Amino acid sequence: MPQSEMQVPISSNNFVDAEAVIVAKDVQKWYDNGFHVLKGVSMNVYKGEVVVIMGPSGSGKSTFIRTFNALEPYQEGSIEIDGVRIANDLKDIEAVRREVGMVFQQFNLFPHLTVLQNVTLAPIWVRRWPKAKAEEIAMRLLDRVGIAEQAYKFPGQMSGGQQQRVAIARSLAMQPKVMLFDEPTSALDPEMVREVLDVMRNLAKDGMTMVCVTHEVGFAKEVADRVVLMDGGVLVEENTPEEFFNNPREERSQAFLSQIL
Amino acid sequence: MTTVSSRPIERGAPRVQSIGPVAWSRKHLFNSWFNSILTIVLGLTLGAALFNLLSWAFIQANWSVVADNFGNFMSGLYPPESYWRIWSVLGIIMGLSGLTWGLLARNQPQLFSRNVLIGLGAIALFFILWPLTRPHTPYLIGVLVLLAVAAAAGQAIGRKAPGSTKWILAAWLVSYFVDLYLLGGGPFFGRGTLSPSLFYSIIVMLGGGIVAGWQLSQRISIPQIPTWISKIVLFLVGFIVVYQVLWRLPYALGLDVGLKNVSTNSWGGLTLTLLLAISGIALCFPAGVLLALGRRSKLPIVQAFSVAYIELIRGVPLISILFMGQVLIPLFLPEGVRPDRVVRAIIGLTIFSAAYLAENVRAGLQAVPLGQSEAAQSLGLNKPLTTALIVLPQALKTAIPAIVGQFISLFQDTTLLGIVGLVELLGISQNLLASPTYLGDYKEGYVFIAAIYWVFCYAMSYGSRRIESALNTDLR
Ligand SMILES: Nc1ncnc2c1ncn2[C@@H]1O[C@H](COP(=O)(O)OP(=O)(O)O)[C@@H](O)[C@H]1O
Ligand SMILES: [Mg+2]
Repeated sequence: MPQSEMQVPISSNNFVDAEAVIVAKDVQKWYDNGFHVLKGVSMNVYKGEVVVIMGPSGSGKSTFIRTFNALEPYQEGSIEIDGVRIANDLKDIEAVRREVGMVFQQFNLFPHLTVLQNVTLAPIWVRRWPKAKAEEIAMRLLDRVGIAEQAYKFPGQMSGGQQQRVAIARSLAMQPKVMLFDEPTSALDPEMVREVLDVMRNLAKDGMTMVCVTHEVGFAKEVADRVVLMDGGVLVEENTPEEFFNNPREERSQAFLSQIL
Repeated sequence: MTTVSSRPIERGAPRVQSIGPVAWSRKHLFNSWFNSILTIVLGLTLGAALFNLLSWAFIQANWSVVADNFGNFMSGLYPPESYWRIWSVLGIIMGLSGLTWGLLARNQPQLFSRNVLIGLGAIALFFILWPLTRPHTPYLIGVLVLLAVAAAAGQAIGRKAPGSTKWILAAWLVSYFVDLYLLGGGPFFGRGTLSPSLFYSIIVMLGGGIVAGWQLSQRISIPQIPTWISKIVLFLVGFIVVYQVLWRLPYALGLDVGLKNVSTNSWGGLTLTLLLAISGIALCFPAGVLLALGRRSKLPIVQAFSVAYIELIRGVPLISILFMGQVLIPLFLPEGVRPDRVVRAIIGLTIFSAAYLAENVRAGLQAVPLGQSEAAQSLGLNKPLTTALIVLPQALKTAIPAIVGQFISLFQDTTLLGIVGLVELLGISQNLLASPTYLGDYKEGYVFIAAIYWVFCYAMSYGSRRIESALNTDLR
């Protein structure tokens, strides 16, 4: 895979005029056991933007991005994806999920299907593409993430890094408007982190709108348009990467950075 | 490539050494004085038992009960002049098995592995050498040959047209009804009688009627009345006319053909056992899967029904369900509608096994990580697709051993039907052994049927292990 050039980070201001893909307003969520996990979180993500969410473990990052594709319901506030409001009684929830790709920490590939079948499943069954078209596009995507020659293997026969790249291709096959990444490299052995980050970097370069929960500082500095710190169910700080890593505004950000840097 | 070993002395030595039998037994059987004594004592006991068994089987035993009644054991009181119908059923089943095998092995370089070939050869040799099967040896060998030929044909078809694989399930389904008709017989163009003419009545008469009605309602319209009424009227007219014609035509033409009716009272022996087991398995599997899904459903009524059904049935012994099936089912139905007792037995077995199967499938469903359905849903798959394509296949795969275990239980449970008057394999043996001719030949009769049960159960568990390893996609 070609190593991407160092990108000049763009300030988030560049995007204000672009259309917002995600508009989250004052989102509140309680888990069934009464735990108040999101305490009024607001965030906009604009087209083509890469937002990195950081924060200590248990601060609600996963919960927050999982509300974007309705894997977690929320109780108050509102979330709009590309103009469609996600409500708990939304009839066609699948229509929203089609537009939002998600990559999980544990890959969650389908172990009983080959790599190619993993990637073509949703296009064939949800988009109703003919098999030949789905497979052609899948092979192009697998080529893009560098695994085309392993298309007929099963996930259990691949390394973690390869599996995560397949998972990215699987999400991309639905041609989503925005991609969510929930700590995509946390379950990987160190030597495989880079191959996955390279894929994500290229994706960002191609203009994909991305929300990434990750603690990869190098990736955030290089690719992110905006870094957000989440702690205790609220957004503590929103900043450009160089400001966030060099002179963070908030005390809690400083404390967090001193732990991970 | 160099390997760094923590124990350099062992470097280069193969991990598994092939050692002679003497060295092997010294290492495993005589490695301490206690183990040596244990080995000798157990060896002598087993040897004595085996010697006694063999000397009984070959010298003392009087196998005439089996030899004289081989047909009885295989098919009960089925009229011998109609045995060819049972052979045809066996032929159909073996032919389809061969085809299925060949289709599944279409990408395999060789059709039969060495072990399978040896197994088939051993079975053929057994049929040739064993005196009891002698009158039927040509047929038995013929059936085996049919299996092999069909397998080769299946492989050839599968290679030419891979799409044909999906028809095999439909073929099995149709063959079931053909087999039932072959066993039961009766006038083929029957007037509403159930089992034998079921095929003709349902498929041909209903199907023809519906097609005709549909075509008529599509082609023409009656002027001056609303189209939907005209469509319904025309459909009914077309349906009734064609249905009646198809019903009366055979008689008008004098086509009162059909196999001689063999009432289920004369069905018996291994044939009946297999019919009960196969029908029960084929019905309880989908029922069990639906109940397992129902138990996890978010709809309260569906969930409550599934839980109530499963817990109720699991709290009742099978024998009471079988009695209830024989006595109670007719009470609930209108006068005159009296399902055949074989049908009632199959319903009873199905009702019972479905509850246990549901629990096996549920365990499999619970073993599928939540992340799997989350990933499927995040791709935009709805709930039914997620269940059908992602969760259920993985759940069934983990549940295969338990499911096949349940099938094996069902197969063995058919023996209980002797108590409600069906003369399946065990029932036949009891009837025969009760006759004065074979006084004292219990051992021979029961050893013989035990061997038959064992062969089928072992085949099922062997098959399950083969399927399991074929479906294992991890680190192949
Ligand atoms: N299903 C649940 N029920 C109750 N509490 C939960 C549930 N899932 C997560 N939590 C709690 O919510 C908090 C936030 O979780 P999460 O969003 O996974 O945090 P993060 O991704 O930032 O580590 C944690 O304290 C966690 O224990
Ligand atoms: Mg998390």
